[in-house]
Amino acid sequence: MSDTIIKEQIFKPENIVYKKTDLMTDNVLSYCPGCGHGTAHRILMEVIDEMGLQSKTIGIAPVGCSVLAYEFMNVDMQQAAHGRAPALATAIKRLLPDKTVFSYQGDGDLAAIGTAETIHACNRGENFTVIFVNNGIYGMTGGQMAPTTLEGMKSSTSPYGRDSQTMGHPLKMTELVAQLPGTYYVTRQAVHTPAAVRKAKKAIRKAIELQQQKVGMTFVEVVSNCNSGWKMTPVDSNKWMVENMFPFYPLGDIKVDGKLVKEV
Amino acid sequence: MAKVKGDIIVDIEKCKGCEVCIDACPTHTIAMSEQVNGKGYHFMQNVHDACTGCTNCAIVCPDGVITVYRIKV
Repeated sequence: MSDTIIKEQIFKPENIVYKKTDLMTDNVLSYCPGCGHGTAHRILMEVIDEMGLQSKTIGIAPVGCSVLAYEFMNVDMQQAAHGRAPALATAIKRLLPDKTVFSYQGDGDLAAIGTAETIHACNRGENFTVIFVNNGIYGMTGGQMAPTTLEGMKSSTSPYGRDSQTMGHPLKMTELVAQLPGTYYVTRQAVHTPAAVRKAKKAIRKAIELQQQKVGMTFVEVVSNCNSGWKMTPVDSNKWMVENMFPFYPLGDIKVDGKLVKEV
Repeated sequence: MAKVKGDIIVDIEKCKGCEVCIDACPTHTIAMSEQVNGKGYHFMQNVHDACTGCTNCAIVCPDGVITVYRIKV
């Protein structure tokens, strides 16, 4: 069988095994090449698509790199003030309890200016899902130090590396909210390899399913890269993330069914 | 001869040339092209026909530019 015949046979709609979900719009993503945000967006939308929730979902876009998430996600979206996504999500979920509500936030949004909103929403046990993309840096504004920046990590406002004596220690937001009684499912995932993406997708699916049972807050952290902020190529930044981010931010479930499964 | 045959279609204009897919491909079927797209990025392309349609490249692609096809032969 010659190659041309195979090519003609293979490019048929019934042979498609993977294509971008229709819940991602055709707009070109505004993210840098290799940024984990795109993958995180896509797996979230795939979960919504597979569960048939497109018309019943309301998402909250944050401030940060993913501020334009409403341009890319083909579901109802609302954009919150900096850090206030959990407060807005609380309002939406309480007014429209039958809708699936998620907030999609970065570390500068959720762990810095929005710490109060996040912790209190988790403590109240609001029934929505938080997707927390942690890349340890303020990506959009030029790579400044974030609360989640690792000790010794260089950023544009800590050019000699983060010094915990003067700049404080990195904040493990996910471990922090896992200790609150209002959270039901807390996990940390990554999107740097196909296996990690599949696991992260399962975790997001579980979080959305639990949300429909109205059991409490579900919180999914996605450890991601910021190759522009870290000044590396995408492939190198993924390697750097495995070597440096994962020892401090270990992947896996932290709280399952309302019980801590890992010491925090 | 392989029992399954895969192939990919890349949305060249949306590819940003991050090379994450090249790292993820188990059969080393894909590589960066020498040409650039409208935005000046090198885009990824199939360089030989060892593709098995495993979808790894499409799953890690941050921009979702890859469509994967697979048939049994």
